[in-house]
Amino acid sequence: MSPQETAQIGDTIRRILKEHGRLARDVDTLLGDSDLYQAGMTSHASVNIMLALEGEFDVEFPDHMLTRAVFSSIDAMLAAVQDLLPG
Amino acid sequence: MIAPFHVGIDLVQVSRIAESLECFGERFLRRIFTEDEIAYACAEPTRTAERLAARFAAKEATIKALRLAGHPINWRDIEVRRAITGDCAMELHGALSELAASEGHRQLAVSMSHEGDYATAVVIASGPSIKDL
Repeated sequence: MSPQETAQIGDTIRRILKEHGRLARDVDTLLGDSDLYQAGMTSHASVNIMLALEGEFDVEFPDHMLTRAVFSSIDAMLAAVQDLLPG
Repeated sequence: MIAPFHVGIDLVQVSRIAESLECFGERFLRRIFTEDEIAYACAEPTRTAERLAARFAAKEATIKALRLAGHPINWRDIEVRRAITGDCAMELHGALSELAASEGHRQLAVSMSHEGDYATAVVIASGPSIKDL
């Protein structure tokens, strides 16, 4: 995956976080490894984010990836989406 | 000292659940709730969101009571079972049931409530007894 493609996925994750994360912090101020739960994300919000990511990238998170860690940061979600995308 | 019981609690905003339903529809329902939970919640359309919110809170409270936050969670493996009397109980399925048993948890008790835009649930899990440790 090219750096541009990776950056696009990261941008999409940030957009989804803005729409569904309901964070106490501005998403644009978050680093890739910032803890989203510390930033105010609830478990319900993480479910919404998962569903939004699935819809956006046409992937499905398998049960073994439904952990708190997978949705704990932008970098973690980026890695998960890259794992799920074909190729 | 290790307590013989573990407690979990959660609070959910009913309108947020309604938003998830509106935004994700069937996908939200099917990923989180069992057939019976969906059937009960949808039986009274004006109360669907509050019933789902209480059940979501019960599932999250169960995760907290069982200290499962670090494990993969299939939300449908945590089910609120409702008796004809109205009494509710938590039931675990699949890998989560096995995990809870292996950790020594034997029984779960749940209480749910909702008022206005909020639903809450408390779950108590019996832990390993002192003599088992």
